[in-house]
Amino acid sequence: MTISALPPSIFLIIGAFLVPFLKGNLKKLFVLALPLVTLVSFLNMETGTYWQVQFLDMTLVLGRVDKLSFVFGLIFIIITFVGVLYIMHQNDDLEFVAGLFYAGSAVGAVLAGDLFSFLVFWEMLTLGSMFLIMARRTDESRKAAFRYVLMHVFGGLLLISGIILHVHETGSLEFTKINLSSLSSYLIFFGIGVNCAWPLLHTWLVDAYPSASVGGVVFLSSFTTKTAVYALARAFPGEPLLIWIGVAMAAFPIFYAVIENNLRKVLAYSLLNQLGFMVTGIGIGTQLALNGAVTHAFCHILYKGLLWMSMGAVLYRTGRTKCTELGGLYKSMPWTCLFCIIGAASISAFPLTNGFVSKSIIMSASLEEHFYLVWFVLLFAAAGVFHHAGIKIPFFAFFSHDRGLRTKEAPKNMLFAMGIAAFLCIFLGCFPQPLYDLLPFDNTLPSKGVPYTPYDYSHVVSQTQLLFFSALAFCMLMLSGLYPAEIRSVNIDFDWVYRKSFGFFYCVMDKALNSLNSVCDATLAKGVPSNLAKAFRNFPGLLSANLLALVWASFGLSSKEIKTRKEDVMARIENGSASIGFSAIAAMVALSFLIRW
Amino acid sequence: MSKKHIWDDENRVKKFLKTFYISCIALFLVDFFIPRYTHIEVENWPGFYAVYGFIACVLLVFIAKHILRPLVMKEEDYYDH
Repeated sequence: MTISALPPSIFLIIGAFLVPFLKGNLKKLFVLALPLVTLVSFLNMETGTYWQVQFLDMTLVLGRVDKLSFVFGLIFIIITFVGVLYIMHQNDDLEFVAGLFYAGSAVGAVLAGDLFSFLVFWEMLTLGSMFLIMARRTDESRKAAFRYVLMHVFGGLLLISGIILHVHETGSLEFTKINLSSLSSYLIFFGIGVNCAWPLLHTWLVDAYPSASVGGVVFLSSFTTKTAVYALARAFPGEPLLIWIGVAMAAFPIFYAVIENNLRKVLAYSLLNQLGFMVTGIGIGTQLALNGAVTHAFCHILYKGLLWMSMGAVLYRTGRTKCTELGGLYKSMPWTCLFCIIGAASISAFPLTNGFVSKSIIMSASLEEHFYLVWFVLLFAAAGVFHHAGIKIPFFAFFSHDRGLRTKEAPKNMLFAMGIAAFLCIFLGCFPQPLYDLLPFDNTLPSKGVPYTPYDYSHVVSQTQLLFFSALAFCMLMLSGLYPAEIRSVNIDFDWVYRKSFGFFYCVMDKALNSLNSVCDATLAKGVPSNLAKAFRNFPGLLSANLLALVWASFGLSSKEIKTRKEDVMARIENGSASIGFSAIAAMVALSFLIRW
Repeated sequence: MSKKHIWDDENRVKKFLKTFYISCIALFLVDFFIPRYTHIEVENWPGFYAVYGFIACVLLVFIAKHILRPLVMKEEDYYDH
């Protein structure tokens, strides 16, 4: 096999900017071909490091291929194809360019072998994703994109400062395992944490993703957070702090998801919950747990993309995403409904779906390492995710109260895109081995000493029991009217702290700095110079007139006459039109005054 | 008269729910007859996963409804002014 002259990410990044120059079917062919060309170039790579570039005094590695970067790169390219197919009918240049650029940055980031090029691709992710949020072209999405960028610039700055300190300390740019001990490592850790949407840093995700464009969110939900998961798996595997961050992430969003009215926000919360499983897996850090996190990221991109696509199709056809406005759509969108149910079953980890073959590895790994409390919380989160994402989303959108919405089925390209994702969800659920073969680490179950297999009696039965009784709880709460009613509302999250405190900060700064500014403007900028100018203009006239007044007074002129003469002298001197006689007298008086002094 | 759809038929919904309840009972009972491979003691309790799943979801809903919602729910235009 030969290595192409260019890294795979370049095809997507450069290709993205050529899209606006093409028209009609050629454009459609081109955007579909880009991920395929990238895939071919990607699959042609063998393990190793490629495309080393000298930049200043650094050696940048644009292609580090190992099993870890391969799995992430592969799924990124697959979902790019699905995503591009999904947005095809919109024919929106902004979405095409931003989506492909964003995808290319993600592929570039996972292939980057050094911290500097990783950082550059990381920042490019923020740029691409920002435009995908704005591509919805509503006031709400523009504001959300602004808040999103603020948060990611903050995260980016943490990462940059961490990397600079790290390179200064170690003298190495290589992107590899980092011990969480020094300031630099913490800065990198939390810089990645912002993109990974850790608890309290997560607000950008639930704020921006539901506001993003119908198709844009398919890209958004795949790249930013999963690149962060990759970075954590690369730099901080086995870091115990991650276990608890992950457990918190898996647990808290499900409570929000239950009471949330906007179904796209429910998806955002369940995205956080699923990330929690991955972060926990990385924190546990055994070979099996890391494999679990990587498999879960792979499968998650597929089923989460599928769920976003199905809700996107609903939004596209009805313009609605709220429980209070939806229901009964299975009648007009049966295929979308079917695909949504497949996505929902996968995220809930039903046997025969890909969620089952990935989530169960992390659960088993936590038991193998005797993290029982972690296991209990994850099991709770696993039951909860079926409850809020697995049932709530399809139920309220497609069944529940029929709101009389009769619309067309989603466009064909959207259905094809959802079909591909749904097929992969079930295929990998039934035949996980091809995916397991790609995994970066040893997939042996330590307690048994045999390769991990999700399909044994205990796993299948216990998971089915958990899910069926979770559904039973939903059913009984629904039928008894105890399930929280859908209410048009917004639920404040930790973003309240950011919005209110930054709003307050802005207000204080506005009042303090702007009033200081106006005081300075009034005194220093306007007051002092104009008074000085006035003084310099009037001083010679005043001095001369007053000195002359003494002379005139000695001649016995009346005070009225003196006043008139003074005004006359001052006006003349100010205009520069004093007669020679006056000037001479004034000069003489001034000179005698000076000599006397 | 608008077209009748598959779940418009109440009997079908009832039949579906009945099948679902029976599967739940069957899944619960199967633990008493076929042992599972387990890591920890609680997993040996028959019906552990079923009971845990049920209680977890009821707790989840009650905490979300009665504790979280009163704390965080605001008008839809809360942030707009």
